[in-house]
Amino acid sequence: MNIIEALDLTKKFGTFTAVDHISFDVQKGEIFGFLGANGAGKTTAMRMLTGLSKPTSGKGVVAGFDINTQAEQIKKNIGYMSQKFALYEDLKVWENIRLYAGIYGVPKKEIEPRTMALLQQLGFEKEKDTMVKSLPLGWKQKLAFSVAIFHEPKIVFLDEPTGGVDPAARRNFWEMIYEAADRGITVFVTTHYMDEAEYCNRVSIMVDGRIDALDTPNNLKQQFGAKSMDDVFHHLARKSTRNGD
Amino acid sequence: MKQFAAFVQKEFYHILRDHWTMIILLVLPILMVILFGYGISTEVKNTRFAVLDPSRDVLTQGIVNKLANSEYFILGDYLTSNDEVETCFTHSDYGLVLVFGSRFAEQAMEPGGAQIQLIADGSDPNTASILTTYASSLITSYQQEMMKGETPKMMIAPEVKLLYNPSMKNSFNTVPGIMGVIIILICALMTSVSLTREKEHGTMEVLLVSPMRPMLIIFSKVIPYFCISLVNLATILLLAHFMLGVPIVGSFGLVVLISLIYIFVSLALGLFISTVAEKQIVALLISGAGLMLPVVYLSGMMFPLESMPVALQWVANIIPAKWFIIAMRNVMIKGLGFMSVIKEIAILTLMGTIIIIASLKRFKIRLE
Repeated sequence: MNIIEALDLTKKFGTFTAVDHISFDVQKGEIFGFLGANGAGKTTAMRMLTGLSKPTSGKGVVAGFDINTQAEQIKKNIGYMSQKFALYEDLKVWENIRLYAGIYGVPKKEIEPRTMALLQQLGFEKEKDTMVKSLPLGWKQKLAFSVAIFHEPKIVFLDEPTGGVDPAARRNFWEMIYEAADRGITVFVTTHYMDEAEYCNRVSIMVDGRIDALDTPNNLKQQFGAKSMDDVFHHLARKSTRNGD
Repeated sequence: MKQFAAFVQKEFYHILRDHWTMIILLVLPILMVILFGYGISTEVKNTRFAVLDPSRDVLTQGIVNKLANSEYFILGDYLTSNDEVETCFTHSDYGLVLVFGSRFAEQAMEPGGAQIQLIADGSDPNTASILTTYASSLITSYQQEMMKGETPKMMIAPEVKLLYNPSMKNSFNTVPGIMGVIIILICALMTSVSLTREKEHGTMEVLLVSPMRPMLIIFSKVIPYFCISLVNLATILLLAHFMLGVPIVGSFGLVVLISLIYIFVSLALGLFISTVAEKQIVALLISGAGLMLPVVYLSGMMFPLESMPVALQWVANIIPAKWFIIAMRNVMIKGLGFMSVIKEIAILTLMGTIIIIASLKRFKIRLE
């Protein structure tokens, strides 16, 4: 079952075509890696899928809703984590959870017990009343992810979620992603780190606004005769005519 | 509604947990009222004055006593020669020297009148002109006391009449001005900074992806600052009334109405700035340099608009605070009614509407 479908999705800014007729499907429960160099159009594509930006042309269905006409419905069914781990630094850990739970309409009675369960699961019980600004970066990242899936969305969009975090914390974080996927949450993740691409079920690689490759990491390595995803990526990215920013 | 409540609560946490924000929001207004009301007042009290009086008659003695008994002046030394006048300003702290002509009392009855010279330190023109004005009006009133029932014959000083503020109390005029500044500070500056902070920290992006409607985001960001400006409005009015003795001659309801309209304009300005600025520091600079300075300098709060170059007077017209201050002075101090401030109310409402439409449009464009 496809939970995301994109067909000839295009976004133009004036004469510049940021996203150029991309088509792809993502299946339910899949961890889908969305790769590309800076400026390749990843962010623009993701903004269209999350209902932040309207496509110039093309169709898209996310969680069963049309991105052209039902953006509000889509927003209720997805979670989003930005690369800045956007939490409120001057709010306590549980206040951040409660705020986003409130924004996503989680029933009031459920918020308290679910918050406690989450904190226990994360090993954060002692940090319940800690201000987010005094948490280490790796903890903020975990918390931001937990907050993004607190309302049990169908899909969670992760925009470069591991930037600036040390390798151990990154591994930890990917374990959380797997757990979420096991629960049936589809994960749509953009990343710079090619070793992380290996963790995905399937990856797409964007070059200059187009999707140049889309398959499982193993198939891609075979297809390009490469040893690692890093080699695959460089093989494709070499063709780029756009300058990264 | 639950979204809204959760969000407004969070906004209050931001405000309550940041000490600087709290100081700006709650202490600064009080401080400004006190500073402008008492300290940095252009009102002059207890100024020492010296006298050079070759006549030494009843009339000169009466005038000196009149000044010395007022709250503005304290009698210092009697001088003995003209040469001492300058040293009064260079070597001691005199603010004014009174120089009487000779045969003062006799001359006062003659057609030419008696001569009295008021000498003040012109290097501080503001204070100098205030002191001489005070002194001349005291002399005039003394003259009138002396001539009760008689036909006015003697002429010593020109009459200075001050409408609406007979004792020239400075705080009467500064209170509307302070309100103008404080409301801009809280509604425009604090609001725009707090909105751009969400952009800078990336939380705005997360909010926009959430099911929360953009209008609701804006509304819930603005509400706390609206509440706080109401608190400030009350604080300033109470302080002004009970501490500085500023009367509210006109309708209290009208004072509140004008203030609410002005708060609306300021919030709209803050919103507009936040659609232009991407960083907090930019929002701060735009509100500071673009709003606060013009409000202080061009609103007529500190410097009378009439004495400004024509070009600046034109610029002053687009400053909301100017219209607010005019309306507030008319209602609070002159006690005029609704019809007399209808022009100011109309201008402010129009400004607010235009700015709010422009900023909502810009906010939408950002989402595309």
